[in-house]
Amino acid sequence: MKIHEYQAKDILAKRGVDVPRGEVANTLEEAVDVAKRLFSNGAKGVVVKAQIHAGGRGKGGGVKVAKTIAEAEEYAKQILGMQLVTHQTGPQGQKVQRLLIEETAAIDRELYLGIVLDRAAAELVFMASQAGGMEIEEVAAKDPKAIVKTYIEPCIGFQPYQARKLAFALGLKPTQINDAVRFMSGIYRAFVETDASLLEINPFITTKDDRLLALDCKINFDDNAIFRHKDLKELRDITEEDPLEVEASKYALNYIKLDGNIACMVNGAGLAMATMDIIQYAGGSPANFLDVGGGASQQQIEHAFEILLSDRNVQAVFINIFGGILRVDTLATGVVEAARKTNVKVPVVLRLEGTNVEQGREILKNSGLNFIIGETMQDAAQKAVKAAAATASR
Amino acid sequence: MSVLVDKNTRLIVQGITGKEGAFHAKGCAEYGTNVVGGVTPGKGGTTHEGWPVFNTMAEGVEKTGANVTAIFVPPPFAADAILEAEDAGLSLIVCITEGIPVNDMVKVWSVLRRSKSRLIGPNCPGVISPGKAKVGIMPGRIHKQGNVGIISRSGTLTYEAVYQLTQRGIGQSTAIGIGGDPIVGTTHVDALKLLNDDPETESIILIGEIGGTAEEAAAAYIKQHVKKPVVGFIAGQTAPPGRRMGHAGAIISGGQGTAADKMKALAAAGIRVVQSPAAIGETLAQAIGKA
Repeated sequence: MKIHEYQAKDILAKRGVDVPRGEVANTLEEAVDVAKRLFSNGAKGVVVKAQIHAGGRGKGGGVKVAKTIAEAEEYAKQILGMQLVTHQTGPQGQKVQRLLIEETAAIDRELYLGIVLDRAAAELVFMASQAGGMEIEEVAAKDPKAIVKTYIEPCIGFQPYQARKLAFALGLKPTQINDAVRFMSGIYRAFVETDASLLEINPFITTKDDRLLALDCKINFDDNAIFRHKDLKELRDITEEDPLEVEASKYALNYIKLDGNIACMVNGAGLAMATMDIIQYAGGSPANFLDVGGGASQQQIEHAFEILLSDRNVQAVFINIFGGILRVDTLATGVVEAARKTNVKVPVVLRLEGTNVEQGREILKNSGLNFIIGETMQDAAQKAVKAAAATASR
Repeated sequence: MSVLVDKNTRLIVQGITGKEGAFHAKGCAEYGTNVVGGVTPGKGGTTHEGWPVFNTMAEGVEKTGANVTAIFVPPPFAADAILEAEDAGLSLIVCITEGIPVNDMVKVWSVLRRSKSRLIGPNCPGVISPGKAKVGIMPGRIHKQGNVGIISRSGTLTYEAVYQLTQRGIGQSTAIGIGGDPIVGTTHVDALKLLNDDPETESIILIGEIGGTAEEAAAAYIKQHVKKPVVGFIAGQTAPPGRRMGHAGAIISGGQGTAADKMKALAAAGIRVVQSPAAIGETLAQAIGKA
């Protein structure tokens, strides 16, 4: 689960990590109010920052520095409601519905701090780099030595000596080291206390008057741990997500929208990915990832069908089921019911294998509906590509 | 020989009175696995489908002589169940549960890395040695006893590969579902070591997917140590970066974990890499001269 920068900074601030003074604004009036408050409290300038769940906002024109209240108003007007395009949003961009208005800081140095899981080591790793403000992936690719790492023993947690090691490696001044230890310990606490899967402060800055500040912050939460964080669940902003994905999540369906024209419904995540791959291999393009799971109910299958078909790019549906626990006849019944209810207009290609496959095929045949049966996964993929092409040329 | 599970397996089921646990305990027993009992805290002293139920793993192991456990405990309690099994001294812990918080697994692994217990999973279909024993949720009847070892991060994709083999009359020694989470107890490399040392396993199918670098590590290991023919497939060639594709571990992040990188690494290690999941069985058949 992703959250906004202002929410992430809240989480940090509560744990003693210094962030610039600022507030979130949902309207132009609120933005102006915040700017006025900041200026009257001594700010020399304010930053108007678009709040969307994607990086690269500055380059896309979603972050502007204002020297006056009037300027802040002007920028807020520009950014609020704009369709912000960054390298992470795709060409359609993401509508800006919220702004963070913050006091500017006199930046001395721009650095990087981050915590991620190192999967191979099965431990959290705290990373620091002097190359702040750049994408850390770029730094890792160009100059891996520019990133200093320390691994965290889970039972004792992040220790002060580890923070000092990172702080000295960053070239912080001796007078800043104690602050840095407090700062980094707070970041670590934020990570474990929220069950984060990623936490990045980029840039982490030192100011001309020697303070340490988290100028930006990104936190992703582990979806598997959200059940024990009711407060964090409320931070979800569904306006940042694809509407079909939001709909699918209501029915515990694992759905991800893609750009192609062949919808897929599959049981099992690995087979679902492999189905997308074989569609491409057959010359087509998948419209989505959808894993209905091992024990999908008839209702879930119906909802899944509705969701697939409400994607307007879809020109054929490919159902690929390997029935182990999920019996093929149960699935076939669900598909027939769903096809009737949703009044399917595009061809549906099925490849069914596994438990009770004969009964399943009978149910499809006797339904009177026009299903296309693929004998193998390959055969079905080819038929789906052909069927989609036929729909497209209609 | 096969690996991990066989006729000597004495299986205890954690969460045996739950819906999933009860269903699959029965499935394992019907396949011929020696299921000796189950554990559900608070239901000790009762029986379930004829099996004795115990309150703790320590008691269950003492009374039944179980050497393998299968965990069907819900995600909030699954990490604790793994640790309890480790404490009870089981040699093999198979955790089927999907959805365990990754920070729980970081802690679990800090214990298991120093332990004699081997963990398979979590978020996996389990392990089967066809004709001998099944510890997991896979459909037993699609398997056939034989000499192909299978390692996979995915459930249904493993069934797919098995089915393609069985249809060609090619049997399997052991199929190991290592699980789709970012942290798993047994990695591709660990599973490869087992199958490589198993005299009954003559060839290997390695199924990976996007996310992490475990397949790259497997490629390096194969290049150095494995003489048996290996066929590889990586799911997620069309997956977009930054999105979690169903499995918690199936995500391309920070430019790492793409299918293209993994396929390149496997091919460079001399592994027959197939692009289409439909070609796994056929390619293995060719590799062992049974096409």
